[in-house]
Amino acid sequence: MKSLEDLKRIREQAQAQIRLRTQESNTKIIVGMGTCGIAAGARETLMAILDELAKRNIQDVVVTQTGCVGLCEYEPLVNVIKPGQPKITYMKVTPEKARQIIASHIVNDQVVNEWVLSTEEGA
Amino acid sequence: MAIVRANVLICAGSACVSSRAYEFKDALIEALKEAGIREEVNVVDTGCVGTCDLGPVAIVYPDGVFYVRLKPEDAKTIVNEHLLKGRVVNRLLYQEPMTKEVFPSLSEIDFVAKQRRIVLRNMGIINPESIEEYIAREGYQALATALTMTPEEVIDTVKRSGLRGRGGAGFPTGLKWELTRKASGSPKYVICNGDEGDPGAFMDRSILEGDPHSVIEGMMIAGYAVGASKGFFYVRAEYPLAIKRLEMALEQARSYGLIGENILGTGFSFDIELRRGSGAFVCGEETALIASIEGRRGEPRPRPPYPANRGLWDKPTVINNVETLANIAPIILNGAEWFSSIGTEKSKGTKVFALAGKVNNTGLIEVPFGTTLREIIFEVGGGIPGGKKFKAAQTGGPSGGCIPAEYLDLPLDYESLKQIGAIVGSGGLIIMDEDTCMVDVARFFLEFTQSESCGKCPPCRVGTRKMLDILERIINGEGEEGDIERLIELGNEIKQDSLCGLGQTAPNPVLSTIRFFRDEYEAHIKEKRCPAKSCRALIAYHVIPDKCKGCGICARICPVGAAQGKPREVHFIDKDLCIKCGDCFAKCPFGAIEKIDIFSQKS
Repeated sequence: MKSLEDLKRIREQAQAQIRLRTQESNTKIIVGMGTCGIAAGARETLMAILDELAKRNIQDVVVTQTGCVGLCEYEPLVNVIKPGQPKITYMKVTPEKARQIIASHIVNDQVVNEWVLSTEEGA
Repeated sequence: MAIVRANVLICAGSACVSSRAYEFKDALIEALKEAGIREEVNVVDTGCVGTCDLGPVAIVYPDGVFYVRLKPEDAKTIVNEHLLKGRVVNRLLYQEPMTKEVFPSLSEIDFVAKQRRIVLRNMGIINPESIEEYIAREGYQALATALTMTPEEVIDTVKRSGLRGRGGAGFPTGLKWELTRKASGSPKYVICNGDEGDPGAFMDRSILEGDPHSVIEGMMIAGYAVGASKGFFYVRAEYPLAIKRLEMALEQARSYGLIGENILGTGFSFDIELRRGSGAFVCGEETALIASIEGRRGEPRPRPPYPANRGLWDKPTVINNVETLANIAPIILNGAEWFSSIGTEKSKGTKVFALAGKVNNTGLIEVPFGTTLREIIFEVGGGIPGGKKFKAAQTGGPSGGCIPAEYLDLPLDYESLKQIGAIVGSGGLIIMDEDTCMVDVARFFLEFTQSESCGKCPPCRVGTRKMLDILERIINGEGEEGDIERLIELGNEIKQDSLCGLGQTAPNPVLSTIRFFRDEYEAHIKEKRCPAKSCRALIAYHVIPDKCKGCGICARICPVGAAQGKPREVHFIDKDLCIKCGDCFAKCPFGAIEKIDIFSQKS
């Protein structure tokens, strides 16, 4: 390391490594990962979400999982919570749908109405 | 390549490691492989989280879920439930000791929420063995910033911040730097005092183990400010993990060119060496420490001259404590005003305390100066176990004094503690409840300083021995009229006449307990009675006939056969055989065994 620029470069690279631990969570994506969800392909959906976020270099979104909520036939379920907006639950989210949800809902703030199972105020 | 979607940070401080944190880590990695998600989850070591009695602990990010008391067999559950299915494992969560409430995330529990973490900023977040992760958290940015300032500006910033030495005496750090900068002589040196020796204090060890780069960076800024190009770490050999991580960190910093010649192209050069201390308490005293680095016997010499003028090899030397140096980078990055806005009028910033003794959450905490003892014990510390009554807290270890219950609401800082005969010291904070005998506490600390006295000056060598003899007599029921006065007189003489800080502070625990608990001394001397029923020579164990059911547990566990009796008949304790270990008292399911004063009428 020879200069301030070098330090800055190393810092930016390393920040990616610890981002999961330090990010301020604004937007949350929660994937239903009960046995039912996993059977319906939730793991692939989850990985697609993470992959799409990484591709688009979106950093302020926290992706977590939750268990079975009793709506097994609609799995994989994906919740999107944006600050100050109702919680949107999407149903039967395939990896392809997941990528579209990110493009439309996360990036452009357009809820993909045709896949919405429920909308919950104040969540 | 799989995308990492979760990080599991496992506390790798000494306490968690000794409670088998690495076995849990191995099991976790194994379980992740079995579940086929090894590549999606990073498993990372991190510095001391502070909840040492709950160890091993781990934090799962991004949710920040905090798991405690982990056993290797819990690894599978966490992987299958939490990491695979997203279900938090409730039984492994932290439970608030007073309310029994369960909290999933680390940041929500009182122990953490009531703290203010500046020195411990990276604990539980970064891997101490990775310089990159330190750099990711603004690491070495403060050094880079300082190198664009003049040394005088750096000193001025530290002065205005109000930072004072965290090793015990509380000398203003900026002033110390200025004196060293202005002293004539060359070369100049920086020493980091990592010879932490107070019984119960382990903040310096934890900082070196958990965030070694923060101390290295602080030392380098100090070096730049005072005009030194060489620094020494003096760390006691009893801290193998701290030494290992520090060596690793020095190696990494060197390979990145952050230590060495022409750092960051600024022309500033600095090198650092690590020296091990062999565990003599007196080597925490700066002149003894310097002697030890020079290869001489670790003995203090009179001051002045101070190390700022005549230090290592008689050259101007600045000596700072580990925690002090860990404060430097945040001060440079956030400014003097930011730092001085935290704390009280004369004590700025935060203090790390090692919370120990009769308190639910023992461990490492960091709170702003001005926090009260009540907040520390009952909010951060989660109260006193078994609903017992708080009696006193010992601050500053063997150099400090006790704070009785009437001062629970006193805002703690350098001045307020000094006023009541205690000190902030290095930050050991031992909580004592009603079962603690204050005479015995004083004896414990004096026994420590007496055996650690280097022997160079008679007031300390002979005086502490004499005081200890008196205390031992008192505890054994052989105290005499006038003993208290003798202790006070001796104590004051030793404080005045000793050569170094060890002797000058050694009588403090005795003088302070006499000041606040003189009645306990008097009870021992005049009535041959220990009010806390703790001193073995003054108590006996006795079976209360009405409560004894004759279950025979006491007879079974008694190691010397003193507890006797036939099944289902009232038992008794043979006082000639009894060694007063207290096992029967602790284990009797009916509370039928009591402690009585030997010299009272009841027998």
